[in-house]
Amino acid sequence: MIVTTFPPLAASLFSLIAIASLLLAFVMLGSRWLRHYIYAFAAESWLIAVLSAAVGFYGGFPELYVIAVLTVLFRGCILPYLILRIVRPLDVAREVDVGLQPSSSLVAGAFAVIFALVVASHLSVGLGLAGTVAVLALTVMLSLKLIGFLMLTVRHEAVSQVLGLLVLENGIFLGAQILVPGMPLLIEIVILFDLLIVVVCFGILVRYLSSHVGSTSALSLNRLVG
Amino acid sequence: MAGVLLLLIVLAPVAAIVVILLTRRPRLAERLNLAASAVSFGAALLLPGASLGGAHVFLDQYVIADPFGAWVILCAAIVYFLASIYGIGYMRMLDEEARLARFYALFAGFGLTTMVAPMMNNAGLYWIAIELTTLVSTFLVAFERAPESIEAAWKYIIVVSGGISLALFGTVLFYWAGTFVLGPSYAMTWAVLGAAAPHMNPTLIALAFLLVLVGYGTKVGLAPMHTWLPDAHSEGPAPVSALLSGALLNAAMIGVIRYLSIAEAAHAGPLPRAVLVVLGAFSLFIAALFIVRQSGIKRLMAYSSVEHMGVMALGFGFGGPFGVAGALYHMLNHTLNKSLMFFGAGSMMRTFGTKEITLIRRVGRYFPVVGGLWLAGAVAITGAPPFGLFASELTILRAGLSGINAWAAILMAILLIVIFIGFLNHFRIMYFVAPESETAPQGRVSAWCAAPMWLAFIPVLVLGLWWPEAIWHYFGVIAHGLVPGPAEVALR
Repeated sequence: MIVTTFPPLAASLFSLIAIASLLLAFVMLGSRWLRHYIYAFAAESWLIAVLSAAVGFYGGFPELYVIAVLTVLFRGCILPYLILRIVRPLDVAREVDVGLQPSSSLVAGAFAVIFALVVASHLSVGLGLAGTVAVLALTVMLSLKLIGFLMLTVRHEAVSQVLGLLVLENGIFLGAQILVPGMPLLIEIVILFDLLIVVVCFGILVRYLSSHVGSTSALSLNRLVG
Repeated sequence: MAGVLLLLIVLAPVAAIVVILLTRRPRLAERLNLAASAVSFGAALLLPGASLGGAHVFLDQYVIADPFGAWVILCAAIVYFLASIYGIGYMRMLDEEARLARFYALFAGFGLTTMVAPMMNNAGLYWIAIELTTLVSTFLVAFERAPESIEAAWKYIIVVSGGISLALFGTVLFYWAGTFVLGPSYAMTWAVLGAAAPHMNPTLIALAFLLVLVGYGTKVGLAPMHTWLPDAHSEGPAPVSALLSGALLNAAMIGVIRYLSIAEAAHAGPLPRAVLVVLGAFSLFIAALFIVRQSGIKRLMAYSSVEHMGVMALGFGFGGPFGVAGALYHMLNHTLNKSLMFFGAGSMMRTFGTKEITLIRRVGRYFPVVGGLWLAGAVAITGAPPFGLFASELTILRAGLSGINAWAAILMAILLIVIFIGFLNHFRIMYFVAPESETAPQGRVSAWCAAPMWLAFIPVLVLGLWWPEAIWHYFGVIAHGLVPGPAEVALR
């Protein structure tokens, strides 16, 4: 199993990056400003790229360098740029009506991390991986998932929801770099391109929302019920 | 042979899309799309026969033609073909001449993605194919550009993308579980996963399967992840609704079932199957509640899709030859029958100019033929004899009553009766209750709209009266393939 073969220094480096990206997710949870979300997402993507390169270096997977470069390019530059372009004409700088105040969201996020840790450590005991970097990878993966869903439920602005979805994906991508670094290159590249298309589609839909519905807040999407 | 058929199924819509986008002529676009769907349908009709006898894998094992996949492709191709005929009549009523070419390009793309997903032999590529179906169909749902359509499209893409990201998580965990057996890099095909499964960690597999089930289950429309479904089905144009219901939901179902058989092979315990059964039963329950109190005609059909996906989930969940055969037969019957229902609903919606059930009255008087066909379809979709859905639902019930899931089978029978009463009550009002103020429908139902209703109705009737022996054998082959057999290759 690959995660047990990393040298201690590498494992600590991976842990550091994983924890840092988790913290960036909390930055998103704790802020109301859309711009903060986008910067935090971009920073998280850069961290994931560093992680890919580091795993590639220590694990001996040269193809991960390609992934690292593509991650920086797509997730770190193009996606944040596209989302900034979506936000700019909207005249919405921050979340107005949040379902849960940022402070309460932070607490909820903390509970999500604890839950993720319990699940991850339980799983890793069964797999004989207790105490390895795999526990942390699983924890971060699960917590980013839960935090992404939390953002989707408590934030109403269209752009926050898109970023919530991207956080979900970031979590998977981050964990996948540590747990399954040997995942075929083709799949990872296709998923990266797929994300790009997803964001473009979201951009078009947000434009429809603001021109045909007159608002980009999910609170105004209340016609279809029952 | 199978390779040529797969190629035809894929290339016909691709060619149509390219030419439509290059020429951008509405009349040419509808004909090209119809021709493409006819070619795909013809090829898909031969595919089940060609897929028998060993695994047919192509393109470095990325593409597969197996009996299960071929069946789902056939269902998708049928509804794509029928909806393409219907679309010609329906879209002309919409008065969107300028954007018609774009509609047909997207429509062919949607049909294509629903037929491609079951061909994918690699779990990662399957995920991408399912994701693509969402992206293409979102714009079809939003096509009418009314605030309601945009709202439906937004909810659709957000809910489904959230769900599908869970499926990606599950996929990664399945891959991870495989690395303990196969080393860090391997091709993640269904066969390889299935063969390695007995050596995987059961707890990890159980978790991964639950994630995949919730993820693809969102796309299948299993309650409580069904929330996008009534909105998207009711706000898109009627041919799109038919394709969503008859092709897309099945394309996601096949993924759930393929993962289920891997989870079973990994000895993940009774949990995976039990959760599938519970979700199926809950879908029926939710559908029953909302069907009884429904006021929108297309939302009624949408909740009926939730119901039938629940029935299918129960069939696969009960398992065994009867459960699997019943579910697969149900898939075909539902595809045909629900297309018929959406075609009728779309025509009534356009002629009466409303989506409200209470404003559509005396359908039988104004439309004796089409109305009669639609009413017969309504009787069929509630599972009454002598139609196809009666046969398949009975088979599923039979499979369920004999096992540990008898409670679910009994619940299913009760809920089906509730839905029967609730669903037909709406049709009683639309056909036989005189309105307070007479509103006559405008215009008539064109032959383009009526013909596919006949084409859907006749097979539903025939399949109810006669379950061909060949199909029964075919289901046996699929059911056998889903059970982890003793012939598993021992790894390491």
